[in-house]
Amino acid sequence: MISEGIVPLFVAIPLAGAFLIALLKRIKGISDTFGILASAGTFALSILFLLKMEAGQRVIYNIGNWGGFNEVLGKIVGIQLAVDGLTIFMLLIVNFVAFIVALYSVNYMTRYTQKWQFYCLFLLMLAGMNGVLITGDMFNLFVFIEIASLASYALVAFGTEKRELEASFKYAVMGGMASLLILMGVIFLYSYTGTLNMADMTGVLAGSQQPALMYLIFGLLLTGFGLKAAVVPFHAWLPDAHPSAPAPISAMLSGVLIKALGVYVIARVFFTIFGFPHQISIILMTLGAISMGVGALVALRQWDMKRLLAYSSISQVGYIMLGLGIGTPLGIMGALFHLFNHSIFKSLLFLDSGAVEYAAGTRNMKEMGGLSRKLPVTSGSTLVGAMSLAGIPPFAGFWSKLIIIIALVEANHMKLAAWAVLISIITIAYIVKVTRFAFLGALKDRFANIKEVPVLMRISLIVLALVCIFGGLLLIPEVRDTFLSPAVRVLISGTGGGAGS
Amino acid sequence: MSKEHDRGMSIIVKTVTRLTVGLILLYGIYIILHGHLTPGGGFAGGVIVALSFINLDLAFGGSISAKIFSKGSTAVVEALGAVMFLSLALIGMKYGGFFDNFLHPDGNAGQLVSAGIIPLENIAISLKVSAGLFGIFLTLIVLQKFESEKK
Repeated sequence: MISEGIVPLFVAIPLAGAFLIALLKRIKGISDTFGILASAGTFALSILFLLKMEAGQRVIYNIGNWGGFNEVLGKIVGIQLAVDGLTIFMLLIVNFVAFIVALYSVNYMTRYTQKWQFYCLFLLMLAGMNGVLITGDMFNLFVFIEIASLASYALVAFGTEKRELEASFKYAVMGGMASLLILMGVIFLYSYTGTLNMADMTGVLAGSQQPALMYLIFGLLLTGFGLKAAVVPFHAWLPDAHPSAPAPISAMLSGVLIKALGVYVIARVFFTIFGFPHQISIILMTLGAISMGVGALVALRQWDMKRLLAYSSISQVGYIMLGLGIGTPLGIMGALFHLFNHSIFKSLLFLDSGAVEYAAGTRNMKEMGGLSRKLPVTSGSTLVGAMSLAGIPPFAGFWSKLIIIIALVEANHMKLAAWAVLISIITIAYIVKVTRFAFLGALKDRFANIKEVPVLMRISLIVLALVCIFGGLLLIPEVRDTFLSPAVRVLISGTGGGAGS
Repeated sequence: MSKEHDRGMSIIVKTVTRLTVGLILLYGIYIILHGHLTPGGGFAGGVIVALSFINLDLAFGGSISAKIFSKGSTAVVEALGAVMFLSLALIGMKYGGFFDNFLHPDGNAGQLVSAGIIPLENIAISLKVSAGLFGIFLTLIVLQKFESEKK
């Protein structure tokens, strides 16, 4: 058993860290310390939850002690926080990546001025993401999405050069549009069901005929969250925004933000609240297949290392959407496992691109070459991340792609399975380009004197690379039962299948 | 004529501003303190308080209000408001829950001092909003001066 009293701390700790950094910014080293402590604290809390939660348990927390009114009035009044298997799965990923990124930023962010503003915004973004994951209330979800998004707009513009400001403006306009659509969806949903609590909503919707209004709500929410997740027709902001941010933030945005705000919320809303209607399955699979193709093909043509990785993110989110869209237990497991893997290897690759920029001062792969001799840790970890992204057998990325493809074959989607295999071949092509042009070949003269990155950056790269190598072990039945299966079970029970995984 | 008429708007605007700016500030504080009884609250009241400072700058030109309330101190007050808000919520965890109203759980309708932590939270929000909004205004006019000097 676990005391539900600590659930709000997932939001309160990063918020307290952010505000204290803003208050005590003059003290030297305070922003580094608080940034690392706050993200380590939330990471420790999520491990505690993973170990202490019983199987199938759903922890409910009433904010403001409003729980007593629920029995008196016969309906849920205040805001509820809810933690279940899927939430813990996502909390662990988000807070782990955030902790690693906070470690990495200590040295990396010395390239910029006003470091305290960086950590302040970073912790606000973390608070927003954790809030999205733990909330059980539809409007509260919108509020936390806005907190995380607003912090990320500012972080994308952190360099305040012309290109960064332009990317941030584009991102803010598209993100604002997404928020508007989400808010309208929530309003219509509230007017139809008469409640904002997600569990209540599920009950009301399960016992009702679905009128035409529901299709409007589907459209609004799918477009809104699709914009946040950057699936293909809504992806235009991502290739500008993610490369423009400082490298640790690119890792956070590509690694966890588009998943917490986009993929997780789509899964939560369409699986557990709407019960996964058949149309949504088709839409998710179509969008996923298109994203995979477009992202991978455009990535082939890029020479900017971070821009290539950003397009690759679009492609890999397509895989996750495709897996979710199948709707079978195996498909969902593949999607969630790929979500985990993508968070790890894409953060790793973005941090690597930052390390190259830190050491060599360029992101253009045409100018690089032979860096593996000068940057052994960076090039080694890039190779591991690249192999995991490409799906080379012992690495974690292989297993998740394999599961998705098997699930497609099992569900009799042969053409999509062939498409997924084809795209993973293209993935190998563009990621080999990174390792070939950046790290292999002859060393150029201008790089003769560069040094390997500082020790904290190296540690974070090595930790992420190790997770990439041993991530496949999560599929061992004993490990799977504590980490992956509870998350899959939450989504399965939403589809009404209950077939068990 | 004295030097103060070199800058800013006409003497009519200045006189009216001089008469009303204190009232605007007081009205903002009233809105903040009565947030739990009447429409309004920390956010609306905080905006009015910030506007009273901005009003001074608009009428008299230059940066009169920045002498009263500098950009550095807006940042500190803003952070203080946020920390105060969060710590009130966290103290509640000792008494029963996050945001638990531990001071006065059963308020009397219409009475000013009976709502427990709600007025305190309103004050915290008003500090954050007024300092934040005024800080944004100061940043914008600094930016504008910078631009005009470049030309």
